[in-house]
Amino acid sequence: MNTAENIAENIEDTNMHKIIPFPSPLRIHEDKTLRNNSPVGYRIFKDKLFKCLVIILSILSFLPLLLVLFHITKNGISVINWGFLTELPLPIGEKGGGVFNSIIGSLILIILSSIISIPLGISAGIYLAEKNKGRIANIINLCIVVLQGTPSIVIGIITYIWVVAPLGGFSALSGGIALSIMMLPVIIKSTEETLKLIPYHLKEASLALGVPYYKTILKVILPTGLSGILTGILLSVARITGETAPLLFTAFGNQFLNYNILKPIDSLPYRIFYYAMSPYPEWHTFAWGASFILVMIVLSFNLIARGISAKWKVQF
Amino acid sequence: MESPILSVENFSAFFGENQILRDISINTSPNKVTALMGPSGCGKTTLIRCINRMHELIPGARVSGKIYLKKQDIYMMEPIVLRRKIGMVFQKPNPFPMMSIYDNVIAGYKLNGIKLKKDESDSIVERSLRNAALWNEVKDSLHRKGTFLSGGQQQRLCIARALAMNPEILLLDEPTSALDPKSTAHIEELIVELKQNVTMLLVTHNIAQAARVSDFTAFIYLGELIEFGPTEKMFTVPKDKRTEEYLTGKFG
Ligand SMILES: Nc1ncnc2c1ncn2[C@@H]1O[C@H](COP(=O)(O)OP(=O)(O)O)[C@@H](O)[C@H]1O
Ligand SMILES: [Mg+2]
Repeated sequence: MNTAENIAENIEDTNMHKIIPFPSPLRIHEDKTLRNNSPVGYRIFKDKLFKCLVIILSILSFLPLLLVLFHITKNGISVINWGFLTELPLPIGEKGGGVFNSIIGSLILIILSSIISIPLGISAGIYLAEKNKGRIANIINLCIVVLQGTPSIVIGIITYIWVVAPLGGFSALSGGIALSIMMLPVIIKSTEETLKLIPYHLKEASLALGVPYYKTILKVILPTGLSGILTGILLSVARITGETAPLLFTAFGNQFLNYNILKPIDSLPYRIFYYAMSPYPEWHTFAWGASFILVMIVLSFNLIARGISAKWKVQF
Repeated sequence: MESPILSVENFSAFFGENQILRDISINTSPNKVTALMGPSGCGKTTLIRCINRMHELIPGARVSGKIYLKKQDIYMMEPIVLRRKIGMVFQKPNPFPMMSIYDNVIAGYKLNGIKLKKDESDSIVERSLRNAALWNEVKDSLHRKGTFLSGGQQQRLCIARALAMNPEILLLDEPTSALDPKSTAHIEELIVELKQNVTMLLVTHNIAQAARVSDFTAFIYLGELIEFGPTEKMFTVPKDKRTEEYLTGKFG
């Protein structure tokens, strides 16, 4: 059934996927891929089937996320009230109480780990973007790969040996250090990728004005890449906010409000772990409430990151 | 003859083992436009990047010979000091995307940490933008980002940015090759007007452009200076056969 129409149809169909060089009428008959005799209707059906499959599978992958969010909201939102956000935990049996110490603890841990990892991460990112060949760059790249693959509990243990043991006890500082180790690879990579996308001619424009190299990096390259770098930082913060394992060996936990970074400090994931493992149903509902707060915090970091990368995008 | 602003003497440039420029000697007279003309790849960009010492930023790049800016050997100067005295406009307009139009014009001061009083910087911005024939178009949107401008306006902004530093000489590397004909005409007019204030070295592969705006022309071919002299003379009675062939479009 090689009607002219059929051939035309065939050409169009194949063209969508790859460009055939000069399909002269003679060569069409020779080309095997074009001598497809299946009826048009069948191919349209295959096309539709494929589209349906893709849609169904993507919904399926989305479903667990929706279920998790739904479950946490359902169980968690009823626990949330002003007291839950602003009061300290009470002993079991007493009504009320909240997770104020964990929220503050999580914030302090985020601040500590950011103070440590942001300068280091951005510097390493600049180095990689500027000099991505050479020994040091290779070593940094290797370290990043290893760090990214290291389980967080291992990072917790290492920090325990290196920081907690010498300091003589659990502390917020050691927790911040453990988390900063987890943030580093994300910040380094996102800084590097962002800076590599900045066109070379911007750097030249600055150098040609007699601006020294280091000022060119600090005043031209970094500000131009600011939104990308900030996005990377926020995503890394979102990533570590929910980390529990490294904190078990470092910040530990604290049922009292603590602002001293050399003392143990509480955090939302630790509190969730602690409550969920307890035998008391009332504490279980608290765990849901804390989970809800944690998910909301992480979600808002992610949304802010998206907002920044969309709004502050620099046009070249 | 007046003493030249810039003189290039027996100058050669290399990328690793490749010799790009061979024994070039050129002078630029004050308040004149000198055009560097030649087919793509002949080394025009390399030559002007040597003049503000951007060439040496590329690993493996090296030079021999001398270049003097107002009798001072540029290879004895600090590159940073030299580059502040030499304005450069690139092939592709490259205003700083995170800066406003205003800040772009005084970027040379801001980025170098040179403090200016408000009225000083205001007057530098206005004067530079007027000289770059951009003032009337942007005077009401000085605090918008420079990247909102059209390509031709962006290029004039880059010229204003270079002029703001009061350069001894302005290097223009095919400033119109990324622009439409109307913007090109606008920039060419501007170059002719700017002659009163500044000496220019204009790279172009466009013969007509060299004829329209330059006072002197240097024809470079395969890294060699074939001919250098007053534009009118070269375009009417070229001395070298290769110049004649290039001008009549036999190659290039
Ligand atoms: N970064 C570089 N490394 C090595 N060779 C280069 C580099 N840039 C340019 N060249 C070579 O130098 C020669 C001259 O280039 P260029 O000065 O850009 O020419 P033009 O500006 O006249 O078109 C070309 O042959 C080009 O291949
Ligand atoms: Mg060029």
